[in-house]
Amino acid sequence: MKRNIKLIFSFLLVAVILVGCNTQKNTNKKNQTGGGKLSGTITAAGSTALQPLAEEAATEFMSNNPSVSITIQGGGSGTGVNQVTSGAVQIGNSDVPAAEKLSDPALAKDLVETKVAGIGYSIIVNKDVTVSSLTLKQIQDIFSGAVTNWKDVGGKDEKINVINRPAASGTRAAFEKKVMSGVKINDSVGTVQDSNGAVEQAINSTPGTISYLANSYLVGDKKNALTIVKIDGNDSSIDNITNGKYPFYSYEYMITKGDLKDPVKSYIDFVKGDDFSAKVEEMGYIPMSKMGNLK
Amino acid sequence: MKIRKKNYFANEYLGRTLVTFCGILMVLTTILIIIFIVGKGIQSFTQSNISLFEMLFSPNWSPNDAQNPRFGALKFITGSIVVSIGAVIIAAPIAIALAIFMNYISPIFGDKILKPVLEILVGIPSVVYGFLGVTILVPIIRNHIGGVGFSLMAGIIVLSIMILPTIASIASDAIRAVPKDYLEASYGLGSTRWQAITKAIVPAATTNVLTGVVLGLARAFGEALAVQMVIGNTLQFPKSIFDPTVTLTGILTMDMANTMNGTPWNNALWSLAMILLLISFFFILIIRLIGKR
Repeated sequence: MKRNIKLIFSFLLVAVILVGCNTQKNTNKKNQTGGGKLSGTITAAGSTALQPLAEEAATEFMSNNPSVSITIQGGGSGTGVNQVTSGAVQIGNSDVPAAEKLSDPALAKDLVETKVAGIGYSIIVNKDVTVSSLTLKQIQDIFSGAVTNWKDVGGKDEKINVINRPAASGTRAAFEKKVMSGVKINDSVGTVQDSNGAVEQAINSTPGTISYLANSYLVGDKKNALTIVKIDGNDSSIDNITNGKYPFYSYEYMITKGDLKDPVKSYIDFVKGDDFSAKVEEMGYIPMSKMGNLK
Repeated sequence: MKIRKKNYFANEYLGRTLVTFCGILMVLTTILIIIFIVGKGIQSFTQSNISLFEMLFSPNWSPNDAQNPRFGALKFITGSIVVSIGAVIIAAPIAIALAIFMNYISPIFGDKILKPVLEILVGIPSVVYGFLGVTILVPIIRNHIGGVGFSLMAGIIVLSIMILPTIASIASDAIRAVPKDYLEASYGLGSTRWQAITKAIVPAATTNVLTGVVLGLARAFGEALAVQMVIGNTLQFPKSIFDPTVTLTGILTMDMANTMNGTPWNNALWSLAMILLLISFFFILIIRLIGKR
């Protein structure tokens, strides 16, 4: 029995080593026969909201430039800015400008931030909520705790259950800036959910809930499964955002240290460029070409 | 002759060096982790000028307020303490009952079925407990008791299931370690089985059972994910057991990744991690004291 186990382990070990060798050989070959003129590796970390877009762009960019290898990690906007400031990664993905996260302005001086896409957000409610549109003032009243019943904002007599994201979340930062505009969110009202998925789950299962989600999360089936509330009668479509009718949006940033060099420069240009813009829109973000001069 | 010498060297010194190295490495790792967390944790007091008194005793937490940031952690500390003690109050009696059952009432069933079941419970990842809590427990509380369902009660129940096996297995070992003489002497004096168990066996095992309870408390205190998923994370002191509240570990998992190194906010979170570490030291100290008694 003991010997058997030893045998199995040694087989496994050999197998692992062989597989390891194989993949290495393969990648070597690929690098040698690559057609693109760019080469090198790019590492990026940070915002989980930007991660899917960055990954999709990386896949397409790598198939055009086989000698470039790109790794995208999550970790949160804070992690992204941290890591790029310390030089651990080349690109820090962030939902907010670096200056808003850093305490020391001197550190921000070295950093170059590039807006790569816009992103819209939607106010979502449980399906039993009968309200279909809210004014900015009404949303501010709900999240600051001044209004606690749906009947005060035109709905039925039902308690409002507010769901927030954590205070450091990028989505919440956008919500505070664009929707609350100075009015403080009352954190002792309602509950806090850590991720988009947890918000979705809580919204679906709890009557009378209201929260906010990024449109990049609301693609495909999810868009129809959740009830979206308009702001001042306008929905969160790209047209409404670019026309200035819908206020709840922000930018996604790729932050680099020092001057942009290839292949990082080409990759960032590709993400915000026209060749990729159809995919950007399909994934629920807004291409830079459409954002125009929006703040 | 030569081969023998080599074997001797391999047996004696290679193995000894390896295990010594492992031992030292473990101690070093622990010390380095403590130094790192304490070093980071005191930065809020040395660099960001947050007062320790404010952090420990103020209920106002608003680190993202640009004009007047406040760093009072009292709500988190209270939340952590209440949820852990609540879990122990539910789990400890059940665990002790299980330990008695396994050793004295039905040792065969206990050994063949109950023990493996407890081991399986230990092996379930905390995210699974959290997910079960969100999909089953939270709706039950919402529909039958009211509120949003995300509540202190949900956190307590999820935690109590998680720490139950820890307490039960230590309590079981403690009760098994009581010499058989106690039982026989008790029978000899004319006691029934239940009298022997409650009057002789359990009191004799109290010290070690308490160790298990404190260990369970410590584990409950440090558990992050499962509690964070069901407790609601609302910044408030719970007015009832069915109100949502927030814990130390919850605020750490939610905000740590999104704050920047060196900001007062990030420093304050490290201080919370330090407080968590110190409280777990405190629990270990209690276990030691109980063990000495």
